[in-house]
This record gives sequence, C-alpha cells and structure tokens, in this order.
Amino acid sequence: MSGYVLRRLAGMVAVLLVLSVVIYAAFYIAPGDPAQIACGLKCSPAQVAQVREQLGLADPVYVQYAHFLGGIVAGRDFSTGTAVMHCHAPCLGISYRSGEQVTSMILQRLPVTGSLALGGMVLWLLLGVGTGLLSALRRGRPTERALTGLTMAGNAVPVFVIGLMLLIVFCSTLQWLPFPSYVPLTSDPQAWFWGLLLPWVSLAVVESAKYARLTRSSMLETLAEDHIRTFRAYGVSERRLVTRHALRAALTPVIALSALDLGTMFGSAVLTESLFGLPGLGKMLVSSVAVVDLPVVVGVVMVTGFCVVLANAAADVLYAVADRRVVLS
Amino acid sequence: MSTTGNGPLVRVEGLTVDFPVGDGVVRAVDGLDFTLGAGEALGIVGESGSGKSTVAYALLGLHSGTGARTGGTATVAGVDALRAGGDDLRRLRGELAAMVFQDPLSALDPYFAIGDQIAEVVRAHRRVSRRAARARAVEVLDRVRIPDAARRSRSRPHEFSGGMRQRALIAMALACEPRLIVADEPTTALDVTVQAQILDLLHEVRADTGAGLLLVTHDLGVVAGSVDHVLVMKDGRAVERGPVTQVLTAPRGDYAKALLSAVPRLDGEVAPGGAVAPGAQVAGGAVAPDGAVAPGGAVEPDGEVAPGGAVAPGAQVAGGAVAPGGAVEQDGAIAPGGAVSGSGSGSGGAVSGSGAERVPAARDGGTGPGGGGEPLLEVVDLRREFGRRGAVVHAVDGVSLTVGRGETLGVVGESGSGKTTLGRMLVRLLEPTSGVLRFEGRDIGGLRERELRPLRGALQMVFQDPVSSLNPRRSIGESIADPLRALNRSMTDRQVRSRVESLLDRVGLDPQWYHRYPHEFSGGQRQRVGIARALAPKPRLVVCDEPVSALDVTTQAHVVELLDELRRDLGLSLVFIAHDLAVVRQVSDRVAVMRAGRIVEEGPAERVYRSPQHPYTRQLLDAVPVLDPAGAADRRAARREAAATAAAR
Amino acid sequence: MATAAPAPQAGTAPIGVVPASGARQVWRRLRSQRAAVTAATVLVLLILIAVLAPVLSAIEGQDPTTYHDALVNSASGGVPHGSLGGISGVHWLGVEPGTGRDLFARLVYGSQISLLVAVGATVVQVAVGIAVGLAAGLGSRLLDQFLGHTTDVMIALPGLVFAIALMAVVPNSFPRPLLLMLVIGLLGWGGTARVVRAQTLSLKELDYVAAARLGGSSPWRIARRELLPPLAAPVITYAALLLPSNVVSEAGLSFLGVGVRPPTSSWGQMLSSATTWFQADPMYVLLPAALLFVTTLAFTVFGDALRTALDPRAASRLRVGVRRRRTKEETA
Repeated sequence: MSGYVLRRLAGMVAVLLVLSVVIYAAFYIAPGDPAQIACGLKCSPAQVAQVREQLGLADPVYVQYAHFLGGIVAGRDFSTGTAVMHCHAPCLGISYRSGEQVTSMILQRLPVTGSLALGGMVLWLLLGVGTGLLSALRRGRPTERALTGLTMAGNAVPVFVIGLMLLIVFCSTLQWLPFPSYVPLTSDPQAWFWGLLLPWVSLAVVESAKYARLTRSSMLETLAEDHIRTFRAYGVSERRLVTRHALRAALTPVIALSALDLGTMFGSAVLTESLFGLPGLGKMLVSSVAVVDLPVVVGVVMVTGFCVVLANAAADVLYAVADRRVVLS
Repeated sequence: MSTTGNGPLVRVEGLTVDFPVGDGVVRAVDGLDFTLGAGEALGIVGESGSGKSTVAYALLGLHSGTGARTGGTATVAGVDALRAGGDDLRRLRGELAAMVFQDPLSALDPYFAIGDQIAEVVRAHRRVSRRAARARAVEVLDRVRIPDAARRSRSRPHEFSGGMRQRALIAMALACEPRLIVADEPTTALDVTVQAQILDLLHEVRADTGAGLLLVTHDLGVVAGSVDHVLVMKDGRAVERGPVTQVLTAPRGDYAKALLSAVPRLDGEVAPGGAVAPGAQVAGGAVAPDGAVAPGGAVEPDGEVAPGGAVAPGAQVAGGAVAPGGAVEQDGAIAPGGAVSGSGSGSGGAVSGSGAERVPAARDGGTGPGGGGEPLLEVVDLRREFGRRGAVVHAVDGVSLTVGRGETLGVVGESGSGKTTLGRMLVRLLEPTSGVLRFEGRDIGGLRERELRPLRGALQMVFQDPVSSLNPRRSIGESIADPLRALNRSMTDRQVRSRVESLLDRVGLDPQWYHRYPHEFSGGQRQRVGIARALAPKPRLVVCDEPVSALDVTTQAHVVELLDELRRDLGLSLVFIAHDLAVVRQVSDRVAVMRAGRIVEEGPAERVYRSPQHPYTRQLLDAVPVLDPAGAADRRAARREAAATAAAR
Repeated sequence: MATAAPAPQAGTAPIGVVPASGARQVWRRLRSQRAAVTAATVLVLLILIAVLAPVLSAIEGQDPTTYHDALVNSASGGVPHGSLGGISGVHWLGVEPGTGRDLFARLVYGSQISLLVAVGATVVQVAVGIAVGLAAGLGSRLLDQFLGHTTDVMIALPGLVFAIALMAVVPNSFPRPLLLMLVIGLLGWGGTARVVRAQTLSLKELDYVAAARLGGSSPWRIARRELLPPLAAPVITYAALLLPSNVVSEAGLSFLGVGVRPPTSSWGQMLSSATTWFQADPMYVLLPAALLFVTTLAFTVFGDALRTALDPRAASRLRVGVRRRRTKEETA
C-alpha cells in the first residue's frame, strides 16, 4: 500500500513537471515578446530592455524555466530597478499589471471557486445519483422514460444558458432571489448561501445529467451481476439486494468521478464565475487573458492543473479502497 | 399455501418456459413432467440449449419478473414455484430449496466476507441474532470442510481457490437446511481433480442431511456417481428418463444412445458390438482402486494453487464456458442417431467410441516417434515468463519434447498448467523467454516477426473458442482464403476460390457456404471452418488448443474424428492440447502431462493411461468421472480412503 | 473539454465478437427510433440554415454587420424600439440591442461558426485519437506506456482553462474559427485515444487476430483488415457524443470573449453580450440560447440513437437489464 502511494506521488510530480514545461513553453516562448507585453505597447525600446533585464527575460529559455521552477520550490527575488522584492516559496511570479504576487492573488480567489465547486458538487451528487438510481430501479416504466428525457436535456444545455435562464426567471422576473454575489462563509453564512445558490443550481443541472447516466448504467450493470442473482435465489429481499449488495459497487465509479470532477471544477467553473460575476480563479483568468498578464495566466493554469492531478490521484485511491478487488500496483 | 408433508418433494407437470426474443418467443422448456421424492437425487442432462438450466431456475421461481412466461405447474415442497410471491417465494428460496450456481467466483459478492454472506442468507430466513447467524455460517463452512472455518469465514471470495469457493456456495445452500438442493452445472468451471472433490462433497452432504438433489449438467460422467435417476433433455423436452444405471448402460432412445456413445472414454477396450459390462470398464481403466492416490502435499481439500496473482496468462476458462453466439442453438450437423458414424449398430454396441478405432489407425501410420529420421519439432528446455521483476510467473518452466512427422502428441493439464502458453510458443505466437525451439532442424525460437513470415504457413493452430477465432465481419470463405492471399500473392482469385471450396468440402462443410458469415453457423461448424483455415497454407504442424472444449459432446466426437482423419490423410503432425484426458486419449500417439509449467510425465498414450508413473497423473486419471454408476461408487470410496490416509499422515 | 464532455466509460464491452452489423441494418434500426428521426431532421435543417445563411439573409434583405442606430433607443442605453426586441417585417427576429444589427442574419451566420467549429474540432479529435490509440495499442510496451500517460494527462488537463489561455496568446491575425477548431480538437482527443486503445488491446487478443498472424499477415495488413473495421462502431459512437460537447465548447469560449471576435457572430458570443441585456431585452438571450439548446439536444439524442443502432445488444442490456440466466443457459 505504501509503495503504491509513493509510486502514485512520484507519478504526480512527474505529470506536474511535464505540465509546467508545456505551459511555460506555450506561454513564454511561443508568441510575441513577453517583455514588450509586460511593459505595455507604449514603452520605448530602452524601457523594454530594462523590463527584460528586471524580469530575467534576457536569460536563455532554460535558465528562465529553472528560475520559474526554483521560485515554486524556494521562492525568488525580483528587482524592480530600485528595490528588491522577495516572492515567497510557492512563487508563481509577479503580475505584470498589478505587481502583486501571483500566489497571493490565487490564494485570495481560491475560497470563491472552492465554495462554488464544493456546494455545486453536493447538489449535483444528490440530484444526479437520485435520478440515476430512480431510473435504474424503475426501468421500463414511464418514470424512467421521463427521467431519461430530462437527463438528456440537462446534458445538452450549456451551463451559461441555464444560468442566464435562471437569472431571468428568479432574479429579474420573479425577483425571488438576489443577484448572485460572493460573501465569505466566515463573514455571513446566510449571505454566502443565498449568494451562491443560483450558481450551484446551474452547475448541478448540467453536471447531474452526467451523474444520472453513470449511476443508472452502473446500477443496472451491477444488478445484472451473478452475485445479485445468488442472493435473490436465496430469498434476500429486493430492497436489501439494492442497499447492501448493489449500491456499493454501483456507486464506486460515481465516487471516483466526483473526485475527478471536483478537481476539474477549479478550472471549468470559469463559465459560471464569468456569468455570475463571482471573483474566483476563472474570472481572474479571463480578465488576465484580456490584458495578457502572462504570469497570472500561467499561475492559474498551473494551479488548476495541480488540482486536477491531485483529484486524479484521489479518484484512483478512492477506487482502490472502495473496490478491494483492484490490486494496488 | 400449506406445505404438504407427504407426496413428492418436487412435482413438475407440463412445465413450459418461453423467452421473448425480438418480436417472437423461444420456447426453452416444452411440456416437461417429472417428480422427485424426498431425499432422492435426479440428474437432468442435456447439451447446450436443451433448457435444462431453465428448469432449475423455474424451481426457485427465478423466472418471475424477468419477462419469461411460464406455464404448467412446478411445486417444491408444496409451494407453487411458478406463481408464489411474497413470503412464500422467500421461503421457497433458500429455506425449502437452495441453489448451487455454476461459477462460484461471480456467484459470490466480491465485497463481503464469505461468512457474512452466508450469515445474511441465514438472517433472511431465521429470526436470529447477527452473532448466531455468523456462528451458523462457520458451522456450515466447517461442514463442507473448509479448513479453519472460523478464520476463513472472514475472507472474501477472491482469497479462496475455485474449489473452496464452490464449497462455500454449497455451505450457503446448506445454511437453512433446505429440503432440496438444486445444483446448476456445479463443477463445469472447475478442474477435474477439484470436480471430483465437489461431487463427493455433494454426495456426502445429501446422505447426511437427507435433502433431495437436482443436478443439472451437460456431463454424463458427472451424474453417474451422484444421482439415482436421470432425465435427458433435448430442445426443452425429456427424451429419456430412468434409473441412472439403466440410462447409462442401456438407453432406449436414439438421442441418449448417440449422446452416450459420443462421450470420450478413458478405456478404449470396449469390444465393438459388445454390451458394456460395468466391471470390464473398471478393469480397462487400469486404475486399481487401492492405488496410492494421494500425491504428496495434497493435504488441503483442493490441491489447487490459491489464486491471487497466480493466474497464469495461459490459464483458460475451463469447460464449455463459451456460448456459441446466438440464442438457443443446436449443432445443425447432428442428426441424432445415424449421424454418429461407426456406432450405429445395435443398441448395445452404441458405445464403441471413436477412441476404440483410433488406436490401430495410429499404429498403422508407422511414423511414430523415434521411428528414424529427425523429428519435425524439437523443444529443449523451453521457458516462458510473464510479468516483470518482482512478480514473475513462470508459465512454462523448462519443457522438452519432440513431435515426430505424422504423429499426434497430446498435452494434458489443468487450468494454469501452462499448456496454452506452450502451444502458442510452438507456433511462435509467443516468443520463448529461453530454450530451443527447433522446427525441421532450424531454431525458430528467437526469429523476429519478419523472419518468421515465410515459415508461417507451415505452423498452424486451431483455437479453442469458436466465437472469437473467426472474424465476424468476414465471410467464412474469406477467412479461409486469408492465409492464401497473405502468403501467396501469385494465386489468382479463381485459384483461391477453388482451393477454399475444396477445403470446405474436406472439413465436411458445403462449398456453397463460401459467402456465409460466422454467426450463421453452430459452434461445431465454426470449428470446422477454423480447421479449414489452418489447413489452407498446407501446414506440417497443427497445434490444436482445446479445440473441442467449447463444444457439445456429440459435436466434440465429430471434430475429434475429423482432426484424426486429416492427420492420417495429409500426413500432418498434431499437438493436441486439452484438459480432458479422455479426449486426448482418443487422438494421441504419445501424451505429455503438464503441471505448473513442467511436464511431469510423458510417454506412449497407451502406457501413460494404463500404468501412470507420476502420482499427479494417477490423481488426474482417478478424478475423471466414469459413466458407470457402480464404478463411480468404487472410485469415490477409493478417493475417500486416499484422502483419509493423506489426512492421517 | 467543457462541462458536457462525455466521460469515456471504463467498462466498454469488447467489440469484435459481436456479429457484424451492416450499414443497412444500422440504418434500419436508426429509422425505427422516432427520436432519432426527429433529431436527424432538426440537424439537417440546421445544416441547411448554416449552408444557406447568405441566401436566407438575402431573402430577408439584411446582413449581419450593418448598424441600425435608428432602431435602438439610445436614451435607454440601446434597447430596441418596439416589442419583443424590435421584431418587425423587415427585421424578422428583431435587432441587437446597442447596435441595431439584424438578429436573424446574425443568428443564421452564427450557426455557420457553431457547426463548422464543432465538426472541424471533432474531426481533429477523432483523427488524433485514432492515431494515438492505435499506436499505443499496437506498439511496443514502452510506446504504449508513453502514449498512455500522455493520454491520461490530456484527459486530466483543465481543458477550458488551457483553451482560454491558448486562445489569448495566439496573435489576432490567425483566423479565429480555425484556431477554435485546432484548440478544441488538440485538447480533446484524449477520450477517443483511450477508447481506441482499449478496444485495440482487447481486439488484439482475439483468436482471429492470432490466426491472421499465423496466416502470414503483416502488422499493417492486420491493422487494416482485422482491427480498423470493428473500431468504426465505437469511434462513431464516441464522435457522436463529442459533437454536442464541441458545440458547447465553442459557445463557451466565445461566451468568455476568447472565441470568435465581432463582427463575426456566433451564438456563444451573442449570449456573452446578452448578459448585459437580459433584463431589458430577454429576446436577445432567448434566441441564441434556444438555438444552442436545440442543436446540442439534437446532436445528443441522435448520438444516443446511433449508439443503440450500432450496438443494440449493449443498449438493450442497459435498457432492460441483462437476463444473464439466458446467457448461462446457452453456455451450459
């Protein structure tokens, strides 16, 4: 087991390294001149040269990358011409625009995206697993057909479309809910909840469709297995067959997928955040992209990549723990 | 619903079961009647698609709510199994009747400990505490002789060996002391030595508890020692019934005769035309009942390797576990009765199996091993490992053998013995890890794919699974033509076509069927197509890897006969790999017995079967079920004695 | 890639041993499903609209880029005059708030972008996926491991984030629709590759492939004759699910403002500007939203029907539940 965890960790580090190389190459080397971008279009060549020197952009590419990596591991110093600015250990650089440290910018916004992702997940799991189980246990009946239609529609509608519709209906027309906004959980739990309700629902409607389909097919497959037939042939009640024997096996892939999605959500919440104007990671990414603030873009991509890799590992471990037949190797 | 104290335990009258298939229905059981008295044992025997398992399911009311339609009546201990619902149905399932399923691995929940699963069954029927239920589980596990039952009851199914799992399933069946045990092919997924143990256990349990037994199987040998009465099913109807001795020695119906005569025997000595004397059979078997049977170390009830990582890549699904595609299917080639060539004389003489004819034929060939000249194939210390550092499995662990020209070498082994890996190396589908593989004097063990290609035609293989061995998207004619086109670019389409047609004719198929697709054929016919494809490039050596294990017994006989005939006519050398000792005996000049990647015994077939030298060979031979009930009882006694001796040591 | 990307199913049944189903059979099974016929009709209509966009807007007598300042109320910030977003005989679906551009023309031209990008991206995904999957399935163990890990990384990548970032750094001179195709396509081939690899690996183990080797077929001949044909069904099934997810991806990127740039129109980009108008002019939201929804739904329904038609056995197993005992009976 511990050997497995070690191998898994090593794999994660490797993937992150590859990821960082790819990102670094794509965003720093490929297009345009970073120094020009950092300085702004109106800078004179002399100013650009100065900026290039300050940011270490004059060094060969691999040296720059080494500095970048070093910054993540041990922190690094930036000189702003007059003063030296120290950037602490997981240093992802300094924003070209605001001069803030990217790491702290990300840390500020992480709770927003986290609240959005976690709350949404609770909702979509309830909704998706519920619908999936119901349609599996009512197969061949009108209930199932209706649910199948609904999940297909849910699967087809983009999150920003659902969100817009909800906004029109509940905020603009009926005025039952306030326009979504982010209030930290710690300062006002109630405002936090009401402010995020609509984003959660939008996410849940879209994501739950996927979970409903997965739950349904997984449940049907499990119910068709031989060992279910055994216990049916031994007079164990159908309810017990489902709750004790089928549910666990059927939900294993669902749990693994939700771990995965939770990680992905740190990136893909960008649509929801943009629509509802929530100041999360995604929103920051989009606004940084608009002004070509490369260190922030790279930082956000790195962090979301990290979340995904972490979630992948978590999903694997969950799978292995839930399904003891899987040999850890 | 009241339980009647008297009257038969099971009464089935006019039972019909229909399954909806597409727009129509398929009648799986068609007006079946039988009764089973308390404490009696009935065997239902039939080939695939005969409806025998459907009957077993009906007795537990397992068709209700599946879309299947049932008719007639089936009562078990007074409960109407076809119409019962609610509490009656729950009582029927597990308390009055209990089922032992075919595949013990998939029949148990992989997530729970065996003991908990049995306890759950107990608690479904008895109002007892969790602890008492658990204690009952340990009790029945102990009853089926799971060693150290209290501790082992906490293991999950995958930690058990195949035989142990089947024991656990039997323990589950015993948990609520049912009055009827229904066993659906309980040993089909098991190796022959384990099969014998499980059958012995069922026999013993029945004797102890007084439960009735309904044993469903395709294997006549399995019923011989285990039941009082036999019912032979075909196409959903009973075509033969009677006391087991009568059915197995003097069947009345043509189908039962054909079925019986098709069963390969270990003893090839039954005189053609002569009635089968049970005593003679035992003598012919040459296994002295008092022979020392217990091999060293087989103290555990199942002399098996526990699973875990030990599933050798070569291991296969044993027995007829492969459904030949379509729905309820019969081998079109069999017309019951006359079709079994060479056996159509009197009713008594029907038992002259093809095995009996085989021996002289082979000797006439004259090109035995060591009969001068170099062997066609010579293997020295061949090895193959799978896996990487740390978890290496030696699937084949130093095998040396030779195959002479025109000779048939039989390779026998249980699952995991490495026989399939060996076979695949012989035709170079797999590369040996080390050792010499000399074909016609040239070492081909280390050749690369490109260098092998010119040789490919000379080495061919006939595969086990008639479903996956043919490309479903290609007509059978094109499948057979494939090696011709790949190896011989110069052949014109017309030449290819006529060659394929003559091959189809040669293997007993209509040349007109060139453009038909595999799914239109039965398992036996598909296997013939596979043989034709192997013959197409005019091979010198054909390796047959379990060529008949997926086929029904009557089909088996035809295919084996065909292979032997082709060998004789075309001067082929055959390597015949199988788990079934009797089948191997029918075709082989020499036999090699494999175990755990090594050959433990090798010699002329006659000698190996008559006086086996290695204890493992003896154990294998002893475990093979015989068709004669009296003989089966004797052998059971011998096995028990041997086990007792082994345990005492 | 985006939220609707289909998850590759772990337990896909091995293909190849299922009896071949000819194109005619598939067609017949498709036609027998009413939902499939409806979805296909909708899709054909949408494609016609996209192809005939210039003709349609010419019939209306409008084009998608001309400003009509007179039609919007500059005093209220640009809300169109008239009811329902300025619907009239001249502007069939009204005009865009703020600019007064003709909505009908913008919508039909927008369908070109949506469909073109979705189809193009799917082609890229499938092509790369098949190449990588086949190479991994047939190549050496080392190659398989390398490609396998690459595929895992590709699937795990936060695709949307990556796409946003990539779209931002590529110079504006690069044609945006083509860029969208490439970015969505090159970030989204992981699923296809995984499906193809898994199927290739299980196909490779089938006896008839071994028989072909024994018959002297070269690896290339085996790949062409024995492996590729049975891969068609799962790949088509998977591609049919990729299409709607690519429609959504394009719309999402344009919604975020990194997709197509004005004056080119796309539904996502229209929705993006609609976010500021949804209170004053709901029609402006509803029209592109409805089109987007109908398109993805039609693709999804059709893809689902196609899967049923290509593998009726698996589909019916999921629909009615396996009657495993029948199978057992056949085996016995």
